[in-house]
Amino acid sequence: MPAEVQTDAPSSRIVNDLNTRGLDWYMDRAVSVGVFVGGVSAIVFIVGIFIFVTREGLDFVIGPMDAKEFFTSINWRPTSERNPTYGILALMAGTASVTGLAMLVAVPFSLGAAIYIAEFATGKMRESLKVLVELLAAIPSVVWGFVGMTIMNPLIIEFFDVPVGLSVLNAGVILGLMAAPIMTTIAEDALKAVPDSYREAAEAMGATRWQVVFKVVLPAAKSGLMAAVLLGVGRGFGETMAVLMASGHAINLPTSPFDSVRALTATIAAELGDTARGSDHYGVLFTLGIFLFVVTFVINLTADIVVKGVGRK
Amino acid sequence: MSMFARTPLDQQNRRVEWLVKTLFLMMTVLLIVPVALIMSILIYRGAPALSLEFLTQVPTNGMTAGGIMTALVGTIWIVTVALIASVPIGVAAAVYLSEYAPDNWLTRAINLAIINLAGVPSIVHALFGLGAFVVFFGFGRSILAASLTLAVMTLPVVIVSTRESLQAVPHAFREACWNMGATRWQTIWRVVLPNSISGILTGVILEVSRTAGETAPIMFTGAAAFLPFLPQGVLDQTMAMSLHLYVVATQVPNVPEALPFGVALVLISMVLMMNATSIAFRVYLRNKRKW
Repeated sequence: MPAEVQTDAPSSRIVNDLNTRGLDWYMDRAVSVGVFVGGVSAIVFIVGIFIFVTREGLDFVIGPMDAKEFFTSINWRPTSERNPTYGILALMAGTASVTGLAMLVAVPFSLGAAIYIAEFATGKMRESLKVLVELLAAIPSVVWGFVGMTIMNPLIIEFFDVPVGLSVLNAGVILGLMAAPIMTTIAEDALKAVPDSYREAAEAMGATRWQVVFKVVLPAAKSGLMAAVLLGVGRGFGETMAVLMASGHAINLPTSPFDSVRALTATIAAELGDTARGSDHYGVLFTLGIFLFVVTFVINLTADIVVKGVGRK
Repeated sequence: MSMFARTPLDQQNRRVEWLVKTLFLMMTVLLIVPVALIMSILIYRGAPALSLEFLTQVPTNGMTAGGIMTALVGTIWIVTVALIASVPIGVAAAVYLSEYAPDNWLTRAINLAIINLAGVPSIVHALFGLGAFVVFFGFGRSILAASLTLAVMTLPVVIVSTRESLQAVPHAFREACWNMGATRWQTIWRVVLPNSISGILTGVILEVSRTAGETAPIMFTGAAAFLPFLPQGVLDQTMAMSLHLYVVATQVPNVPEALPFGVALVLISMVLMMNATSIAFRVYLRNKRKW
């Protein structure tokens, strides 16, 4: 009976397939292991960064480092022959002042821009603004630093009648312009994550567009917006080249926006090239690296927890 | 009629609405205008330095004359090696996170690690590259060490964009394929990846632009301030566009004014063109997609 043979053939082949582990089965296994390794590599790298930076800085930390001096002294004289001192207070003040000013510039504008793009702009306008903001975020930091040196510097000198234009003001504005596009993008995502049903419900109650934005959307997106600001702070804190070139790079506790300052990151970039491996100076720069790593880790973790808080609700 | 007539309250609301909208538009414009101004100044002052010779000659006279050819070629070397290292790992990680990863502590840890890789300051990546690739693995200051440092740093760009484009492929496509008796890998290879390859490419172009612009991570791992010749292999040092801009802008005396502007202009054009390509690609794909 040919009919039976026909129905038999495919079913027996299927049984066969289930019982033997062919090439496909092994390929599937190999790939699942391979992509798992790829996934875990992110953890390996972040742990690797901590280990290797610590490895080079450890000799200094357990050796000549004086934690009290490190965090409370304003004297950063690592190259002094007789009495080198390693106080990072002035460097922290430099980083804090520049980042603080950058946030004063960037937060209002980027939140405003995010609200406009997410809630008011429509169609082509919205698309072009988004693309423009994305392009702004792509400008390399060394170009921003160059702009600070060559364009902002003479402008500040002329406009405010000060002798030096490489200062907290210069670096802060440059950093603000750099951080704003990224903050805008993240903040816009946070606003977009608020369900449309919230807006529709409010509009059905007779609320105007701006009432919807201020009374409904902004409160609902609060944590996402906070995360955007936090990530902007992290970005400003860790920025190297732009701050190195635009801040004046003078060790200083700033008292006005026109003072030159030096940032933690810029110090490493400027001095690492001149140190010998194994020297105290080399070690202290890696110790600064550990410090930067830990601070940014905490900032990113906080931003992540803030955002996850929304998810739970 | 009276029911739908504009009341004074309506009119006030409209005025306020218009005011608010204009205010936010102004803020958006104020974000973009300074950058547009800066770009115009860069073009205005950098254009005189540009010429075919500028792109094809080596720097001469202590980098105060000549072109940027060695830096340009060096950047291409660094970017290429970084891509070879990071794209396979990044795509594998994205495939794992999108197709395999269960919702457990390990996946959360991987996601946290990706966020942190993207958030760690570039100078810390530089310290890592120096401690790990230059010293520990013994690559010395070389293209290999610089590229691996950049590969680790830009890994999140590839992972995040690839994961997004994988997740954009509808689940029904996978289910249809599984029902035909295909294995997980066959499904990914024949259905998921072909449907998301363009999205992956978009991410890769973004990574290229990011890698080309970075300065701090390559300063101590493989990029040199000045070399009169081209690299012969991955264990050589090289010049690079980003570091070249930093050097001619800050370290070299008596540079003609237009030269650093020319370097900045070439660098920023490279980066923005790649970004624009990536964006155009994405818009085109979104319009083409049928699901």
